[in-house]
Amino acid sequence: MSTARIVADNVHVEFPIYGARNRSFKNAVLRAATGGLIAEDAARHVVVKALNGVSFELHEGDRVGVIGHNGSGKSTLLRVLAGAYEPVAGTMLVEGQVASMLNITLGLDYEATGYENIFLRAVIMGYRPKDIEPLVDEIVAFSELGDYIDMPMRTYSSGMSMRLAFAVSTYVSAEILLMDEWLSVGDAEFSEKARARLNELVGKAKILVLASHDESLIRSNCNKIMRLSHGQLTSFEAV
Amino acid sequence: MNQASAIKLSKALHDLAEGATSVHVWPMLAWQEIRQRYRRSVLGPFWLTISTAALLGGMGPLYGKLFGQDLGSYFPYLSIGYVLWLLISGLVNEGCAAFTVAAGLIQQTPMPLSVHVLRVVFRNLIVFAHNLIILVILLFIFPPHMSWDLLLAPLGVLMIALNGAWLGLLVGLLCARFRDIPLIIQSVMQVAFFLTPVMWHANSLGRFKWAADLNPLTHFLATVRDPLLGLPVPWHSWAVVLGVTVVGSAMALASFVRYRARIAYWV
Repeated sequence: MSTARIVADNVHVEFPIYGARNRSFKNAVLRAATGGLIAEDAARHVVVKALNGVSFELHEGDRVGVIGHNGSGKSTLLRVLAGAYEPVAGTMLVEGQVASMLNITLGLDYEATGYENIFLRAVIMGYRPKDIEPLVDEIVAFSELGDYIDMPMRTYSSGMSMRLAFAVSTYVSAEILLMDEWLSVGDAEFSEKARARLNELVGKAKILVLASHDESLIRSNCNKIMRLSHGQLTSFEAV
Repeated sequence: MNQASAIKLSKALHDLAEGATSVHVWPMLAWQEIRQRYRRSVLGPFWLTISTAALLGGMGPLYGKLFGQDLGSYFPYLSIGYVLWLLISGLVNEGCAAFTVAAGLIQQTPMPLSVHVLRVVFRNLIVFAHNLIILVILLFIFPPHMSWDLLLAPLGVLMIALNGAWLGLLVGLLCARFRDIPLIIQSVMQVAFFLTPVMWHANSLGRFKWAADLNPLTHFLATVRDPLLGLPVPWHSWAVVLGVTVVGSAMALASFVRYRARIAYWV
């Protein structure tokens, strides 16, 4: 396997906030037709700078905790790392297979059975059905759903849905693991098992990026801490 | 071409190539949506077939009478045209929402954006396949004049699907940025239904037939409907279809290259 690394070079991410005004086609046409008189007004949309010139390098063995207040850019950073957002300026180089645990229920269909959802979730995570096929029995066993696996997911309790989502999402191998808060699911017994499973996944990953508010959680799981404030990297140091 | 635009081009092409080859993704998502819509009904997606059949069963005799047409020729004409219209309007209207409905996936996963467009095209082809049952039955009752031209009909459907793909890319992008465009397109499509020879014959316009010929949708319908009715497809219909495909694809590609990276921020 190739080496995994992440190089962020002066990454900027800005979200344009379009009110009803700016999203309207009429205004865009007027803007073009009036030669800029209304243009100034219509084009003056608010921009939220989520990441403002962030640069860093991550290498194998890095366990990075990202700390910051709400709106400091943690989640945006993770989404850029996941390859969903492209920086408006600067470059983000990500080498290695990324597994994103940002939203483990993304793509689940509550009308579909648990079994169908295993495949749905796997495909959305970027795997092929044939990759997940040999793992299905293990995933079902891990989720402890038993015969419920053939029932529509809407019949599940929220705990059961989470167990299934967790089981599929963590039955992957990842070189780069992205997490927004530490995943915890289920009752006492299951959460113990889940913790072990997650630790194993984190242990196998070459790079971990974990965003959290909880500094003690980060201190116990990470070897580097990145502090974000207002979209800027204020410090990046070893623990 | 400078380096920045070369990168944009290669990323866009990569997205399209990866999307097109992700045959384990968009068919699955398309089927899931169809199943989701009909999950707890007994007949499932065959409700589509039934509702279309019911509509045609009512409209055929009525409009045949109104237009003073012979039912034996009008009924197949209307049915083929209407089923094709459902495909076309489905591609256009759902193409508008191609990206906006997939906001969650777009903002959190690196899945190629073209997947969401192909999913719309494929879903509409599934729906079309269900309606096709009606046409097959109908062609048994009113057998067309057998000729090699019949083989052109599937090609015409393929062209419609291909055009659905570039259109979805283009209007999906536009609709993600400007939220009133889907509403504009919806109303345009409603009017277009009456302005396109679906229920009426272009020939009945007499010397104003050119007006129908100005409508590109007339030609898309002709490339499928005419062969099925045993009529030769006018060469200029193929020319229009081909021209629209080429120009449309070029426009869609240009916009996609330029704005692909912005879509995640717009949805």
